[in-house]
Amino acid sequence: MEIVHVYTKLRSEFGRQYLFSDRPTELLVDIPPDPSLAMQFITKTPRDQATQACREMSEHQVNTERFESESRGLNHMEGGWPKDVDPNDMEQTIRFRKKVEKDESYMNSILQLGSVMDHYIRQNNAINIYQDYFTEDQDIDEGQEAPSAKTINVFRDPNEVKRTVTCLSWHPDGGRKLAAAYCCLEFQKSSKDLSPDSYIWDIENPNQPELALKPASPLVCLDYNPKDPHTLVGGSYNGQIVYWDTRRGSQPVELSSVEHSHRDPVYKIIWLQSKTGTDAFSASTDGQVLWWDVRKLNEPTERLVLDPGREGNLDRALGAISLEFEATMPTKFMVGTEQGLVVSCNRKAKTPAEKIVCTYDGHHGPIYALHRNPFFPKNFLTVGDWTARIWSEDIRDSSIMWTRYQMSYLTDACWSPVRPSVFFTTKMDGVLDVWDVLFKQNNPTLSLKVCDEALYSLRVQDNGRFVACGSQIGAATLLEICSGLSTLQKNEKSLLAAMFERETKREKILEARQREMRLKERSRSEQSREDDTGRDADGDESPEQLIARAEEDFYSVVEAERKRREERHREKGVCEEKEVKDEAVIPL
Amino acid sequence: MAEVEETLRRIQSQKGVQGIVIVNSEGIPIKTTLDNSSTVQYAGLIHQLVMKARSTVRDIDPQNDLTFLRIRSKKNEIMIAPDKDYFLIVIQNPSD
Repeated sequence: MEIVHVYTKLRSEFGRQYLFSDRPTELLVDIPPDPSLAMQFITKTPRDQATQACREMSEHQVNTERFESESRGLNHMEGGWPKDVDPNDMEQTIRFRKKVEKDESYMNSILQLGSVMDHYIRQNNAINIYQDYFTEDQDIDEGQEAPSAKTINVFRDPNEVKRTVTCLSWHPDGGRKLAAAYCCLEFQKSSKDLSPDSYIWDIENPNQPELALKPASPLVCLDYNPKDPHTLVGGSYNGQIVYWDTRRGSQPVELSSVEHSHRDPVYKIIWLQSKTGTDAFSASTDGQVLWWDVRKLNEPTERLVLDPGREGNLDRALGAISLEFEATMPTKFMVGTEQGLVVSCNRKAKTPAEKIVCTYDGHHGPIYALHRNPFFPKNFLTVGDWTARIWSEDIRDSSIMWTRYQMSYLTDACWSPVRPSVFFTTKMDGVLDVWDVLFKQNNPTLSLKVCDEALYSLRVQDNGRFVACGSQIGAATLLEICSGLSTLQKNEKSLLAAMFERETKREKILEARQREMRLKERSRSEQSREDDTGRDADGDESPEQLIARAEEDFYSVVEAERKRREERHREKGVCEEKEVKDEAVIPL
Repeated sequence: MAEVEETLRRIQSQKGVQGIVIVNSEGIPIKTTLDNSSTVQYAGLIHQLVMKARSTVRDIDPQNDLTFLRIRSKKNEIMIAPDKDYFLIVIQNPSD
């Protein structure tokens, strides 16, 4: 079928007709060469021309298809026996052997080989050619290499719809396996076909997970039992606690009852140290911390409501996002909340009111990670909003050390189990930072871009060399850290202890000073109130006056700052101008 | 016959020697001081290795030939003396 379009146009609108005519070629210009101009030039002989007598090569980079390999065993059979001899029959083989031994050539060759072999054996015994002579020097060389880390494997979510890796847990026995919890944490983004499975990966095989864990609702967190490496406990999106035994397969062995579980997703679950090895506790944003015995998951054994008013009031409870438990201090634990407070609790307190010991106010946003330093349990690391902060238990008001505000949100952090001054953080721009507090405090010692999307979870293996981090699209990357960052340096512990002490002392002094000033203010305001009871005293201004005063202060500070900057700019010249402008933009 | 025994005994008595295996050109262990399963393993694996090593040496220079092969590992050293029809394998633990 032809598609035809018809349009009409008046003949008069066409314009004048073209009149083409034919004509012969015409020479326009002919400039003959002028030999007199050649006088102005000299012929240049010889000429330099570089050539290279080699094969032309080109460099190409090719990304090959994913290589799938499988380990298979090979059964070794005896071979080479002549047809008439059956290798299983002892008599025949012995007879064969005896026959060979009688052979002339056998004897000659063995005698000759024997003498040769003798020579080498004696050589071996005389000198050990692989002896290390200068072991001292070798140690020094190691320290100079630049910190580095390389990706060993990437474990991708095998499902179509990718989910975030929300939690990772290493197998306690040697760390050959990694358990990863997958869940879509964005509010109401989970679709019907979102698979609730979580996987256990063998780190040697990134193509296929070793075991799939199939709960009823996706898991937000999970943890291997440090005492029994076959069991895991996980907290799911609907608030239930699930218990698995890997020997029993993918289905959960036990599930906690919905009425007694959390009402919000369980953000963190940790195994406890107990005689039976079956206790765990979990935290969720509904404000509760529940203790469970995995043998009887239908009801929690204990409950704590994170109410800062210490009344057990659930309405005012703070939502918990992270938990911290150190096996060396079994009665204490810490909870990181959505509101930016770290609550330190004592499990063995007599009344629920005494359970909450103290709070540390640090971050502007939820505290996504909370981890005690394995070497200095009094200091712990928190991560939330755009900074990572190191705290000392004694100082309540502020952290003793903190990083500067980073470019993107920090999502998870943990200390290195082998080096007390090294910790790892992950950010929402897909960067894994390795911080060495003794080496550099302003910037991370090593900053690696692991992937393009945000990283949500991080876990270091117990040997300190392998780090696994999980991203938003469900890819868990396994990295190996260079030996410089994963071997204990000499004096490290004492240097770090000195640093923590110094910072703690500084904070203590600041705190004391604050208290002094507050006391002075209070005593002053009390005095003036005594003097004139009727009038508004200094400490009792009306809101408008306060606002006016604040505005005045602000503008005066800004003016002073601007004047200072102008002077500095005039002194230093034009090139600094841009820098000053940039600086000036931020505070204003 | 007696000299062969004498030679092997001498080698066995050297410091650090853990075992001796004599293998023929087809990979059949003729004489051994190790247990059967290890012997079979050594015979099969080392036979292939010696063939490969020999062919490597001869590929590079046809006039050349393999005279001795040592494999030093973390735990011990495997020394192989090849001949036309047989090879002598000695496993030794180095001096320290």
